[in-house]
Amino acid sequence: MRTPRALRPLIESLATVALGLVAGGLLIWAFGHSPVAAYRALAVGAFGTREDLLETLAFATPLMLTALTFAVGVRGGLFNIGAEGQMYLGAVGATFVAGMVPMPAGVHLAAATLAGMLAGALWALIPAVLKAWRGAHEVISTIMCNWIALHLSMYLAINFLAEPGRAERTVPALPTARYPVLSEESTLTAVVFVAVAFALLVYAYLWGTRAGYELRLAGENPDAARYAGVRPERVVVLSFVIGGLAAGLAGASQVIGRPPAWSLYATLGNVTTLGFDGIGVALVGRNHPVGGILAAVLFGALAKGGRLMEYEVGVLSELVRALNGIIVLAMAVPELWNLVGRRLGR
Amino acid sequence: MRWVWWLVAAVALVGVPRLLERAGLPPVSLLETGLLAMTPLALAAVGECLNEKAGLVNIGLEAIFMVSATVGVWFAEVGRSGYAGLFGGAAVGALLGLGLGAVSVYGRADQIIAGMGLNVFALGFVPFLLISLWAFPGIHVFPNELMVPRISTPVGQVSPVTLAAVALAVLAHLLLHRTVLGFRVRAVGEKPEAVDVAGLRVDRLRLLTATVGGALAGLGGAFLPLGWFGALVKEISAGRGFIALACVVFAGLEPLLALGAALLFGLADGFASAVAVTPGVKERVPFYFVSMIPYALTLAVVAAVIGRRRFPSTVGRPYARE
Repeated sequence: MRTPRALRPLIESLATVALGLVAGGLLIWAFGHSPVAAYRALAVGAFGTREDLLETLAFATPLMLTALTFAVGVRGGLFNIGAEGQMYLGAVGATFVAGMVPMPAGVHLAAATLAGMLAGALWALIPAVLKAWRGAHEVISTIMCNWIALHLSMYLAINFLAEPGRAERTVPALPTARYPVLSEESTLTAVVFVAVAFALLVYAYLWGTRAGYELRLAGENPDAARYAGVRPERVVVLSFVIGGLAAGLAGASQVIGRPPAWSLYATLGNVTTLGFDGIGVALVGRNHPVGGILAAVLFGALAKGGRLMEYEVGVLSELVRALNGIIVLAMAVPELWNLVGRRLGR
Repeated sequence: MRWVWWLVAAVALVGVPRLLERAGLPPVSLLETGLLAMTPLALAAVGECLNEKAGLVNIGLEAIFMVSATVGVWFAEVGRSGYAGLFGGAAVGALLGLGLGAVSVYGRADQIIAGMGLNVFALGFVPFLLISLWAFPGIHVFPNELMVPRISTPVGQVSPVTLAAVALAVLAHLLLHRTVLGFRVRAVGEKPEAVDVAGLRVDRLRLLTATVGGALAGLGGAFLPLGWFGALVKEISAGRGFIALACVVFAGLEPLLALGAALLFGLADGFASAVAVTPGVKERVPFYFVSMIPYALTLAVVAAVIGRRRFPSTVGRPYARE
């Protein structure tokens, strides 16, 4: 039986995730837990009830955005692994406007969202400029920017945004700057619609405009792009800025779109690692904005289910991140499924 | 132009310690910390120089640091000796390096993505390992007698691992430029076709450098808790794997220059930790800005230097016979 061409990437992505789950199961087993019990708890935790499902979507929201950061980078021929830091600053920007600048309802929410996105994009400009005009390798520069952003954001959160009397977190977003909660039994808010809309907007931009076409061309075939008159610096800056907007929105979404805290923890604990998690999401989503949305639901389920797995079976939920890494490793091997296919075809 | 830089260096060499002395930071302890901070960077950078000379890139040095630090402490506790831990760390590093090398050579993987995969894996695996081995989240303090003892010298207490790192850098330089094997390693990075036609195994040469590079990074990772910090935390390497990569870039893949770069970054790191703990100084500078120093310096150096370095023609690209 031949599989239709359009289904192949989907099947390969799902097979890679399955491979990751098997490898994770081996790790769980190696350290004396039952993989069956762990994965049953994970599945129940992610999809067991309606509220679990909504919570899974709440976990998926920031992931589809940080995945977009990485995906737009790859589409433009770059490895932007700076979503992490861009997201921290996005959270700081959103916290500042949402918590300290009173505004009328409606305007306030939009302003806080935009502040987060712009802060993320501004932070992304540093590696963008270093890449475009100095040729600095973006993997090193974005990681350095992540660490600088970590310390800068903690400094800003503690010294300028702290809530008096509560050292552990910043001022909460004012009620006018909070996304409406969609259902009382989960932390899902309307910010999920903004995230999906932004991903679709980026899709329309990349596949529907000249600038988007140039960006994809430069990523796929830099020489052809140069002959066609595409300026590489422009592509670098554009792809970093789009990625920074997405990552900034991801950071903002965890402050103004996630009860019950409605604020940023002083340790940045409610946003850390969401940026790195996006890499696996992007790859499983085939570096496509729409694929990223679907993959984010899958990884959101792993993250949400991981909590119950930790609670019931005692397997640390961070194992889900190890699994994510294995999936990324497997996705890096282009020959993997070709090899498997050839073996099976014989 | 060159003599200006030498002059600047000479003035800095004499002037900076004086300034530090006046600010209340003793230069000897700074140098001590600087050498400690240099060691893991130098080990990983020297190994990665060899690896990249042969045409592979290992972006997963950070992961190797994290995993081998954790496994190294476990080895030290089981073997009741810091040296057993260093050996265990190097062994795990070699395995990870070999694994990533095999994925790159035989799987023809995108090496940057594969390396990032290893990093993401470590981000989740190390906390999992910490709680699985010691049933405590995020941090583990081991008995002090497992620390690798330091040697007293005129420039302060120096770890034998630091001396080994310097020796290994020299050895790597000699290997690359004075031996047949080194010639082959360089050839396999520049013209794998020629190496193949000459009847040598491209895959084995590359797996060799990937394994050696991983082992050196693993030694550096195990050194972090066992030779320097005296404890294990889940984010122990704090970006040092990427700073080591910056050293490699800065050095243009030359082990001796990489050692120099590691010393520079190590001193910056030592300076940052000294400022953060010295009474009279720490109150005046916000801790968060001090913590940024090594990263900001790395960013500046990468921006200043790159573009002028030449890399082997096939670095990062898999080899396939025509």
